[in-house]
Amino acid sequence: MYKDYLTITNISGPLLIVDKVNDIKFGELVEIFLPDGDKRKGQVLEVNRSTALIQVLEGTSGIDIDKSKVRFLGREIELGVSMDMLGRVFDGMGSPIDAGPSIIPEEILDISGAPINPTARNYPNEFIQTGISTIDGLNPLVRGQKLPLFSGSGLPHNKLAAQITRQAKVLGKEEEFAVVFGAMGITFEEAHFFIDDFKRTGAIERAVLFLNLADDPAIARIATPRVVFTAAEYLAFKKDMHVLVILTDMTNYCEALREVAAARKEIPGRRGYPGYLYTDLSTIYERAGRIKGKKGSITLIPILSMPEDDKTHPIPDLTGYITEGQIILSRALHRKKISPPVDVLPSLSRLKDKGIGEGKTREDHADLLNQLYAAYAKGKDAQELAVILGEASLSEMDKIHFDFADSFEKNYVSQGEYENRSIEETLDIGWKLLSVFPKEEMKRVRDEYIEKYFNEFKKETDASEEVK
Amino acid sequence: MIKGKIVRVSGPLVVAEGMLGCKMYDVVNVSEKRLMGEIIELKEDLASIQVYEDTEGIGPGEPVYGTGAPLSVELGPGLIESIFDGTQRPLNIIREMSGDYITRGISIPGLDRKKKWRFKPTRKKGDKVISGDILGTVRETTLVTIKIMVPPDISGTIVEIKEGDFTVDERIVVIKDGNEKKEIELLQVWPVRIPRPFKKKLSPMETLVTGQRVLDTFFPVGKGGTACVPGPFGSGKTIIQHQLAKWADAEIIVYIGCGERGNEMTDVLLEFPELKDPKSGEPLMKRTVLIANTSNMPVAAREASVYTGITIAEYFRDMGISVALMADSTSRWAEAMREISGRLEEMPGEEGYPAYLGARIASFYERAGRVICLGSDEREGMLSVIGAVSPPGGDLSDPVVQSTLRVVKVFWSLEDKLAAMRHFPAISWLNSYSLYSDSLENYFRENVETDFVENVRTAMTLLQNEAELQEIVRLVGVDALSENDQLILEVSRAIREDFLHQNAFHDVDTYTSLKKQYLLLKIILYFYERTNEALGEGTPISAIKTMRVKNRIARAKYIPEQEIAKIEEIIKDIDEELTSISRKEIKTEA
Repeated sequence: MYKDYLTITNISGPLLIVDKVNDIKFGELVEIFLPDGDKRKGQVLEVNRSTALIQVLEGTSGIDIDKSKVRFLGREIELGVSMDMLGRVFDGMGSPIDAGPSIIPEEILDISGAPINPTARNYPNEFIQTGISTIDGLNPLVRGQKLPLFSGSGLPHNKLAAQITRQAKVLGKEEEFAVVFGAMGITFEEAHFFIDDFKRTGAIERAVLFLNLADDPAIARIATPRVVFTAAEYLAFKKDMHVLVILTDMTNYCEALREVAAARKEIPGRRGYPGYLYTDLSTIYERAGRIKGKKGSITLIPILSMPEDDKTHPIPDLTGYITEGQIILSRALHRKKISPPVDVLPSLSRLKDKGIGEGKTREDHADLLNQLYAAYAKGKDAQELAVILGEASLSEMDKIHFDFADSFEKNYVSQGEYENRSIEETLDIGWKLLSVFPKEEMKRVRDEYIEKYFNEFKKETDASEEVK
Repeated sequence: MIKGKIVRVSGPLVVAEGMLGCKMYDVVNVSEKRLMGEIIELKEDLASIQVYEDTEGIGPGEPVYGTGAPLSVELGPGLIESIFDGTQRPLNIIREMSGDYITRGISIPGLDRKKKWRFKPTRKKGDKVISGDILGTVRETTLVTIKIMVPPDISGTIVEIKEGDFTVDERIVVIKDGNEKKEIELLQVWPVRIPRPFKKKLSPMETLVTGQRVLDTFFPVGKGGTACVPGPFGSGKTIIQHQLAKWADAEIIVYIGCGERGNEMTDVLLEFPELKDPKSGEPLMKRTVLIANTSNMPVAAREASVYTGITIAEYFRDMGISVALMADSTSRWAEAMREISGRLEEMPGEEGYPAYLGARIASFYERAGRVICLGSDEREGMLSVIGAVSPPGGDLSDPVVQSTLRVVKVFWSLEDKLAAMRHFPAISWLNSYSLYSDSLENYFRENVETDFVENVRTAMTLLQNEAELQEIVRLVGVDALSENDQLILEVSRAIREDFLHQNAFHDVDTYTSLKKQYLLLKIILYFYERTNEALGEGTPISAIKTMRVKNRIARAKYIPEQEIAKIEEIIKDIDEELTSISRKEIKTEA
């Protein structure tokens, strides 16, 4: 038996204040009945004696003080999960929107989840081949990692995310996988780009989609990533599947959070975002990972658009502090028609060292990676220098670096949207490009690999030059 | 026992009424779920409580039970090799009890109550002891034998002392103080927010050898000193902290993962048992205590985690040994303070941080130091504290960075640009500083080589010159520089790439002894000295730039510690090659 309260005293922005309530719990789910028969969902943000502060997830328009009723459900926001979710489309709160039947839940789970015990975690170390050189070769992704795409408006982050989804596989293994896709505040067109791509490749059969589009209530976005992870945790840790979670666009999520914080008149942190943004984001991102003794895993690729391409903006900044690296897209490369325009130097995969090497990719991978980075960084420096002083003023070695940076972008970074490079191909391209340097420049490479790989490719390059 | 009633719940903050009689910082149990919390504000009979666990599902009307005791940790055998959360609950036991996820309301003591430890007394019945005196020892791991001390505030005559196997809460010693009899167990309990007492504080005189070249040679931290590592994400803060935890020559390492990634703690948990201590060959885990309160674990417990960590570290320091504590990251601790302060509706200081931020940070770092411990044997204990700071956007004007820099003596500045070039550790040699450099000079002269300090100065001057010359190069190009200046560029490049750059994942390069550091720097400087002379005698810079020996210098860091004599051979190579060059020169002139 629920009590319905007619005691709304205050409505402002996404918030409601209800008075004279009894026995209310923090975080409780509420339903608001509007005079026109409409029903909205909300959540208790604070209780102070007999007053409850409620955040309305589906918009406050149409709610009045006089007639609207509030019902407290005595439970938190929950999601019913089952294997039937695969292939289905839901709204941002988990209700089906694809004309299919509703889900008969196998289990009902609280969407806020619980922190994974650090002693229960298994370290991610299984290399995922994405077929994209800038990721596989330089910023390898491993199972259970959280690797965001830092992008900007107008950059092809969706294409890159779709390409990763299409091509990602663990070498030498055929295992059950699933994609859980969460859209927050993106446009219909963007969402359909993904859906079409999933349909074309057949991935839709193994995908669960949660869509909160740009015209859906903004506050509902606060629940969406948690709903997504509740589904992902179920598939990964109860059904032994390898789950790839894609969340786009986290910037919209954070803005919804800011809206609530502002309405509560909280003391703002940087750029008006609440001081607890870091903690809040971590309770989402940290749900990815692997657990000892469980077959499945959750790998997370959140996409966020950096306002003004500014990496120090609080959203990318705090995300970078939680995730295990970042792939940054560059407008300059995009203009040069380099695709995918991955800005190699500031990109990073923190888990690379455990995922590469002998038995995983190839023994020379780590050294090659460091050498490519160092050489490209020097090449970029040389190019900057050339802009000021003219190319003529560069030293012999600077010139080689100058040319290397160009050919690296053209041959290594740039690849077709449907080009799926194996890790061997990626590594060999790297050596081939490096072979323009003299051996002494290979400071980051162990002697044995210089012998085995560098000299090999050097011979080839020298030979072909002689032919010319 | 005081029993109050909840009136308000707002995230991790709970307000309860009917709490008259409770003291500030008392621990309370919230609701029938018995969530642990701590009183942080008292107003008449209202108490504001920060709750160390998730408060979802808690509401007004539910009870709050006072415990009458402040937040304390248990100190005794069983700390080493353990992994605790921010309030000293052992995470491995939590996993056994509640599975892969951390659930609420679990109350377990920090130290195992069932395990028996062998206690060997070093005192006998009738001995007079004062607080801090060592009563006996317990061999805890193959690396560490801990000392059982008379707790602070107890002194008198031993009337009973037992030898044998005991659990941590069994009586082992009885001390008679006047008419009072006091029982002592292996276990001591100490409130985390109160520093453990000592006799006297001293200045650090020895260097904490970390095996990291840029740190030990250029910016050393003394044993008992404080250091901070601020830097933007991706610049390698955590790797530096891990490297220090692995290789620092302290007898005990306390590592606090405060609001950071879960996988990083897993990495430590999986890797440390595999890594061997360079001195004893035993697994490094056998000298390590871990505190893990990852970012997604409750925020109030994160606030407590640094205090829990440093109290444990102080306990080991009191035994008269060298302890190093790493906190990664203190920014997350400050953010936890900010969050709680915001919920208390306190007037904010800079960037929303509470006005007492600076004072809290200062008093945390002040708990480090080289001290004369309590007890009659005047033993010396050292606690070094190294804190990582994660300023937003890498901006060093951040209040946490600024408050930290005001108290710490060593500043290791991590730079984004170096990280992008994959120059690791990405510590800027121009911005970083160590205020211990002067006081440790004698240590280096006596323990490494007499000219160690001079070499470091020369190298630093070269690096500073390089920075100025680079400015000129950017405007007019390399060729416009004099040959001497070009040589400086050449040599400082070698210092950067062949000495400062260090690969944490390379078996040999990950750790460099002080002796080897000295030799590596020496050969580079010797190269400079000799080539500079050659330049004066007319050898062209182009010939120097293409010398083959440069490659040998670059690879010298990969020479294993057992074979460091080989590094000195390079000196001969430099001489030989220079002679052959100058002969060639003479020939061509002829």
